[in-house]
This record gives sequence, structure tokens and C-alpha cells, in this order.
Amino acid sequence: MKKVLVLFAHPRIDRSETNSVLAKAAASVQGVKVIDLYREYPTFEIDVAVEQQRLLDHDIVVFQHPLYWYSTPAILKEWQDLVLEYKFAYGAEGDKLKGKVLFNAVTCGARRETYSPTGAYTRELIELLAPFQETARLCQMEYLPPFALFGSGHAIDEGELEPHVKNYITLLSALVEDQFDYAKARDALTLSEDLQSLLLSGTTPSSQAKG
Amino acid sequence: MDLFQSAFVYLLAAVVAVPIAKRLGLGSVLGYLIAGIVIGPMLGFVGSEAEEVKHFAEFGVVMMLFLVGLELQPAILWRMRNKLIGLGGLQVLITTGAFTAVALMFGQVWQSALAIGMTLALSSTAIVLQTLNEKGLMASPGGQSSFSVLLFQDIAVIPMLAVMPLLAVVGFHHGDASGGHGSGGALSNLPGWLQTLAILGVISAIIIGGRYLIRPVFRFIAAARLREVFTAAALLLVVGIALLMDTVGLSPALGTFVAGVVLSDSEYRHELESDIDPFKGLLLGLFFISVGAGIDFGLIFGSPATIFGLALAVMAIKFAILFFLSKVFRIPKGENWLFALGLAQAGEFAFVLFGFAQSAGAVPTDTIRVLTLVVAITMLLTPLLFIFYDKVIAPRAAVLSPRDADDIDEKGTVVVAGVGRFGQVTTRLLLSNGYKVVILDYDPEMTEALRRIGLKTYYGDASRPDLLHAAGLDDAKMFVAAMDDKEQQVIVVDHVARTYPHCKIIARAYDRHHAYELYEAGAHVVERETFEAALNLGKQALIELGEHPFQAELKAKAFRRHDKETMRQLHENWKDGGVDQSYIENLKARGDQLYSVMRLDSESREEDLARAWVPAPKSDALADLLIEKGKVKDKGET
Repeated sequence: MKKVLVLFAHPRIDRSETNSVLAKAAASVQGVKVIDLYREYPTFEIDVAVEQQRLLDHDIVVFQHPLYWYSTPAILKEWQDLVLEYKFAYGAEGDKLKGKVLFNAVTCGARRETYSPTGAYTRELIELLAPFQETARLCQMEYLPPFALFGSGHAIDEGELEPHVKNYITLLSALVEDQFDYAKARDALTLSEDLQSLLLSGTTPSSQAKG
Repeated sequence: MDLFQSAFVYLLAAVVAVPIAKRLGLGSVLGYLIAGIVIGPMLGFVGSEAEEVKHFAEFGVVMMLFLVGLELQPAILWRMRNKLIGLGGLQVLITTGAFTAVALMFGQVWQSALAIGMTLALSSTAIVLQTLNEKGLMASPGGQSSFSVLLFQDIAVIPMLAVMPLLAVVGFHHGDASGGHGSGGALSNLPGWLQTLAILGVISAIIIGGRYLIRPVFRFIAAARLREVFTAAALLLVVGIALLMDTVGLSPALGTFVAGVVLSDSEYRHELESDIDPFKGLLLGLFFISVGAGIDFGLIFGSPATIFGLALAVMAIKFAILFFLSKVFRIPKGENWLFALGLAQAGEFAFVLFGFAQSAGAVPTDTIRVLTLVVAITMLLTPLLFIFYDKVIAPRAAVLSPRDADDIDEKGTVVVAGVGRFGQVTTRLLLSNGYKVVILDYDPEMTEALRRIGLKTYYGDASRPDLLHAAGLDDAKMFVAAMDDKEQQVIVVDHVARTYPHCKIIARAYDRHHAYELYEAGAHVVERETFEAALNLGKQALIELGEHPFQAELKAKAFRRHDKETMRQLHENWKDGGVDQSYIENLKARGDQLYSVMRLDSESREEDLARAWVPAPKSDALADLLIEKGKVKDKGET
């Protein structure tokens, strides 16, 4: 059993259509701990000791957030700036996060095709997330491709949210049960588009919801 | 019996019977009735004075209608108008019609039949509301519909009382017009048009006086800060209006009801309510005892089948009409049973109306004796109907229509005590976020001033339990204690925490020790009244002294964190032995530590602030693995 920590950041939870649903779904999976950062630190006074301990207590870290300017909402950036300390996360003696896994679970306003070499952003989403990839590498963590919901503004109308939420639960369950094909994931552009191919046999997606 | 003996017998009967009746789920009205039965027909303690007592006690009805009026804020009535007039109005009309017809069939003259019809149309507000509250069914659709109907009935009592004298039938008129109703009064010698004019004049005087005259008078009296004088003023108001109405030959209950409505949105509403309420309760209790004492047991033993048959028939007819209306108004399945079963009895107002009908000569005395018994029996059977609903209907209905509890509860109310310089800010934040706030303040000038700028404020001493109750703490989600008297704050918080455990308590503290006392008294959140302002001023001082505003902000935040932690630690010390040696030592140690907290350049690993956003030393930015990769030259700060 692996332990998953979801650091959830959304400054307008009252207007969130997709992220709040995803966070709730994540919290329902056994072995997953969801932290609502804006709820925990409404004044941005992040408790570094508490957050570092949380990292130590978990194997897999998920940044779950809407994509703001190709990055996280401010509090999750503040969290990185404060918690990923020298001598803890990086530096010659800073190997506390070594071997842990990191990925972003994001919702994007723009549609899938926008994030492609021929699309308006001229890059894949995973390329835009390079800062996280490099952060993970400096912290000796393994970085996975993003688990992404594209065109999130239309997701409910187009019936995309429900399968995405189910996939999220499946992915988190597979990670907890260690039924996840890391080797294959390394070559993927996202974790969300062909999730089934990234699962090892034995994953029982629906059995994982907490009673 | 002399006065003391009578008082002793009546009070003793009430004190014994009412708690037992309540414990058995029968409600207080039945408790008083039973008390009356015990001391009257059963033991024979009371004699001829019972009738006199009854007339005196009828004043309780006048007070009750004043309180009903106080509860009726015109705005709320307006919001409920559809259900109130539609459902309530139809119930009263149809039921009155049905019972009038039945009474006619029994050979009553039309006047008596109508009086009986109106009287039996009413249900028991006292029993039903209390039962619904106890079972937590007030917010359900059935409970809400019941409430609308009961409210309409309470209002309908006024015209019924007014009409009673007009239904007088010559022949069995007792010529007894005491109790202040009917029969002309001092104006009876004037010509008709002048009488009408006088009546209209008195009513408008009550409305205009209530709006413009009573409030300044109350403000003047309140400024004296003598509770008993305010109570006396409240009683004076009710007695005065009753007297006035009596003089022009109108029902005193009508006058006090109008006065109640007029004062219902004034700042003195809750204070008046809690002042009058005990008198009303006692007088009504006395009234019901005297009704019980007057019950004729010979009748029951003489023809039990008739009496019980009539009672069951009354309930069956009322139930059928209510059930029909619940279908018309689409009250959900299951809930309609609650509605129809709950309201199927006749109510305590029947005793009042029968009393009036008797003295006005509208209904023969023999008939009233029988009907009083019938009404009492329907009320006695009501708890059984609720038990039937609980055991048989509710379990089935729960399967049929599972309802979401969240949908029923509206955004909770907040009661704020004290709206001086402190409470005002708190209140405005809550109000501007759409929360319903009931504000209490003991300063008549303050309540007046706040009312002028549109804040609904009530005058009253929030340290009085009955006033807190009247302000609606039973249903409130939160109580904000923001008074400026230190001791009062602790007393009130302690009382609220004990009496209303469901209520979150937010309290303003004078200083650290006061905060501890408030926590001990049961407050959930405590804020020292000057701390945040002083801290902010200190931050501004740092900025003016040339510190970078963001550094000043960080230091203020660190100071706050440290201070709150100090407060938490010292709370334990304080609980152990107040301000003793260990408290002082601890306090000093925490004070010293503050200096190191404030040094943002400290090397200490103890304080977050010193480490925040500090880059790695230039020599050690990169771990070995990065050099291996040969790609990155420095960490994040590139």
C-alpha cells in the first residue's frame, strides 16, 4: 500500500465546478489524504514543519489545481517556495523526498488540441509544466505526466466530468495499490487519455471507495 | 376561602399537575385543565369563586393576543400570505360551515350554531406547536403548513370575539357583560354614527400612538435602567388599552392585538415579550384551571357515549376537512397526515370563546357545558394521534419520500448581544453576507440610532435568560457575545453554553485573562477586543519607521502566531493556579523568545520566519545528481 497526498489549491471553491468534485472523489479513496490548502492557510501562513512532515508520511504527491497562467494558483507556489527547503528537499544533504512521486492533476480551460505543437499554445501540456518536472528532479522525485481535464468549462455540459472523476478514482486507487505501470507512464503525454493502458492487472477500480 | 387559601390551592394544583402532564406528553394546557378538575369536581376545594377567578383570568387571553400581535411582523405575514390566507382561511371557513350545519341539525338556532361552528374550527396552538417543536418537525412541510393554519386561527379569534356579542339570542342572555366585552360601554348612549366614529378614532389612536408616542416613552423609561419599572410600563400599556377598548365597547383583546402588531417591529419587541409572558402564562393557566374546575362530571357519567361520540365526531370532521385541504395544497405524502392528524382537535381558544359566548348569551349554558367537555376530550386525545403518526405513518412516509434535511434548514440565524463600537463591525460583516441577525442592546439611544440607519435592533438586557429566549436562541445557529461589561459577558456565555448547547458561541474578550474565563464558560471562539487593532497599528509603525511593508507584514504575522501560542500555553498555567510563579516565569520566557522570532536573519532552525524564502548557500545549490546531468547550474533562483 502506497500513501497518496493530494495538495489541492482552488481560491474560489464556491465557483468550482470540476475541481471541487475531483477533490471530493479523491478524498473518498482509501489511502489518499486530501489537503485543501486555501482552507488550511487562509492567510498564506503555511506551517512548514507540518507540511514537511506530511511529505515524509506519503509516497506520492499530487498537486491538484486549475491551471492558472500555465502554473498553480498562488498558494501552491507559496507552498513550493516555503516547504521545499534547502537541506530538506534539495542540496547535498537534502534528500528527504528521494524516490517519491509527483504529478499535477489539473483542469484546463482550453481544449485538448490547443495544447499541441499545431495548436494555439504550440506545446504539449507536459512541456508547459516543465518547472514541476525540474523541481521534481532537483528533489530526486519521479515526475509523472499530468492527469488533465481539458475544456473544463464545458466538461459538465458535454458529459466529460463524470468519466474523468471515475478515472481519477481509478488512477489514485492503482497508485495506492501499486498497480501502476510507471515505465509506460514515462512515455505518455498525459495520464488521463489512455489510463487503462497504464494500469497493471489486478486493479479493481470501484472496490476502493471508502465505506 | 380567603385570598391566600385560594391562591395556595390553585398554585399547588398547577405546580403538581402541569409538570406531570408535560412528562406524560399531554402539554401544559391539559395539565391546567386536569389541575382544575382535581381541585374542582373531584375534591371540591373550589366553590363559587371559580367563576370570578375565570373572569379575572380572562385577562390572560388579552395578554396572549398582545403577544400574538407582537409575534406577527407584517413583513413575515406578507411572505406567508398564500398559505396563511389560502390554507388557513379555507380551513377556518369550511370547518366553521361544517360545524354550523351540524349544530343546526341538532336544533340550535343559527346564532348559536354559528358561534359553535367558529369555536370548534380552531385547533390548539399550544399543544400542536409545542409538540411539533419537541419532535423537531417545525421545519417540515407538514409543520410549516400547520403553523400557517394555527397562525390564521389565532388572528381569526379577534373577529370571532368581536362577533360573539352580536350573536346574542334573547332568552338565555345572562346579562353578564363583565370581562370587558360586548355591550356598548360608555358610548352606548351616543348615536350610531358617532359610536362608529369613536371606535375608528380609538383604533387609529392605538396605531398612531403605538408608532410615534409609545416608543419615546419607552425610551425614556428604559433609560432609567430599572427593570421592574419597564415591566410596570408594559403592564400599564396592556391594561390601559384594555380599559380604553372597554370604554368604547370593543373587545380589549382586539385592542391589545393591534397594539402588539404595531409594536412588533419596534426595538422593544423582545423586552415587552419577555416582560408580559410570565403574567400571560400564569393568568392563562388560572383560566384553564377554572375551566377544569367548572367541568360537570355528572354529564360524562350520565351519558358517556354521547360525550365521547361527539368528541370523536368533531375530530373526524376536522380531520376530513384538513386532509382534503392537504390534497388541494399538495402537502407531500406522509406530511399531510401529520398536518391533518395534528390539527384535528379543538383548541384552548374554544374555552375562551365559549366563555364569551356564554356571557354574551349566544349559546345556551347547557350546550356549553357539554361542548367544553367535548373540547377537553379532543385535546386529551391529541397526544395519542401524534403517537399514531410517529409509529404508523412516519415510518412508511420515510420510505415513500426521503427528504433532504439540508434543504429544509434555511441559513441559520445569529443573535448578537451588544452592538457598541465592537459588535457593530461584526454584525455588519454578518449582515452583508446575508445572515439573519437579531441584535440586542441595553442602550436605548444605541438601539434608536442603529434603527435609524436601518439595522434591526432590539432593546433589552441580554443577560436576562428570558430575553435571550425571546430573541430566538432556540433556533439560532450562533450567539455573538459582544457586550462591554466583562462580568456580564462571562455570565451570559455560561448561560448560553448550558442552555443552548447546539449554539456556537463567539465572544469578545477584554484581555487575556478574560479570554480564559470566556473559554472556561463555554465560548468556542474568543477574540481580544484590542489585539488586532493594536497589532495593525504596530505594523504601520514599523512601516513608518522605514521597514519594508512586506517585512512589517511578516513580522506582524509572526508576532500574532507567537502571541496566540503563548496564550494557549499560559491557559494551562492559568487553569492550574491563576497567575502564580510558574505562570509568570512562563510568560517571561515567551517574552524573551519573541526577540529571536522577530530576527528574520536568524540562523535558528526553530523559527519558520528566519528560514522562509532563504536560498541555498552559493556553494551548495546543486546536488550531485544535477552535476551528473550537466544541465542545471543553480536551483530555482536562476
